[in-house]
Amino acid sequence: MQWGERMTIKHHLTEQLLMGYAAGTLPEAFNLVVASHLSMCDDCRATLAAYEEIGGALLEEAGVAMSTGGLDSALARLDTRAPEPVRPAAPGALPAPLRSYVGGDVDAIRWRSVGGGVKQAILPTSESASARLLFIPAGAAVPDHGHRGMELTLVLQGAFADETDRFVRGDVEVADQDLEHMPVADIGADCICLAATDAPLRFTSLIPRLLQPFLKI
Amino acid sequence: MTETPPEETEKAILISDMLRVRDQRDRAAFARLFGHFAPRVKGFLIRAGSDPAVAEDCAQDVMVTVWNKAHLYDPARASVATWVFTIARNRRIDLARRDRRPEPEDLGWGPEPETAQEDGLVLQQESDRLGVALKGLPEAQRELIEKCYFGDLSHREIADVTGLPLGTIKSRIRLALDKLRHAMG
Ligand SMILES: [Zn+2]
Repeated sequence: MQWGERMTIKHHLTEQLLMGYAAGTLPEAFNLVVASHLSMCDDCRATLAAYEEIGGALLEEAGVAMSTGGLDSALARLDTRAPEPVRPAAPGALPAPLRSYVGGDVDAIRWRSVGGGVKQAILPTSESASARLLFIPAGAAVPDHGHRGMELTLVLQGAFADETDRFVRGDVEVADQDLEHMPVADIGADCICLAATDAPLRFTSLIPRLLQPFLKI
Repeated sequence: MTETPPEETEKAILISDMLRVRDQRDRAAFARLFGHFAPRVKGFLIRAGSDPAVAEDCAQDVMVTVWNKAHLYDPARASVATWVFTIARNRRIDLARRDRRPEPEDLGWGPEPETAQEDGLVLQQESDRLGVALKGLPEAQRELIEKCYFGDLSHREIADVTGLPLGTIKSRIRLALDKLRHAMG
């Protein structure tokens, strides 16, 4: 990831998401979006560190006595081998946490066409929310849709614009049920996004609604 | 010369014990950290819904992980309590076997050689102020923040438990966070 690129991020995670990630209470699909954005954004990393400090301060308050012998059995289990050295992840177009779900970088994504040149790849996460990669050809649009729950969209390549603003690599759009939008990819390049939602999308026109069970979103 | 308040001395000892574990694999220092943190981790897991016997075993696991991952501890990035909290949180997530929590790219708490122990003390002081600010919150706000961290509850689940509407929960948490930020100046 390049420094100059980090500077261009304008749309960040909400405090609620960063707190949930610090506390460890988000659905897996949201954790994946948060971890991927954090991989590209130093600002949000700093905010996350502050929320983790709240966790540390709360931990300091809540003690329950251990039974006797606990320390001795812990001491008996201490590793005497040298620790594994930390290896930085190899650079790639996809952030490292996402690569572990894809099983590689962009060329390893197993796309399935959903019509109009738009492709998607559903990622394996817990059922509490779903995550998928979206490929939107340059200049193309994702059908107009609203949301029942919360939808997070992180741009990984290219850029898209909708009724609210324009989003480039690293930007994350947080949409709730009040937003009805039609994301359109920039004309210059194909757009790849990571999207996660905790409820099925609700399309406003009939045909996408009929397709919904087929798209599994 | 002014005397160092006892609490600050205690925090400085936690940092130096953690560094002894990291750099010298010092078992006596580990035993002191265990004495301080194991009961707190146990309490954390009980409040997160574990039964006491499971919490006891897991608190041991967490402390063993503190030893095994000590090379990743960086006093300039997190207070010792926060470092232990992140390990306890991850253990709690494993226990729940529901939602995995991938880590960001190379966030890894890799120590930066140029950062000295003094940086750690500054951070520790700030985190102490945070602790004081948390204690000073009105009961209702404080309880909700605690539920977010200990209770393994989403905002919606908290609403179900407390019978408060979701909007109220969100605004209370926001208010509490604003107060905390203000206290941190
Ligand atoms: Zn950010």
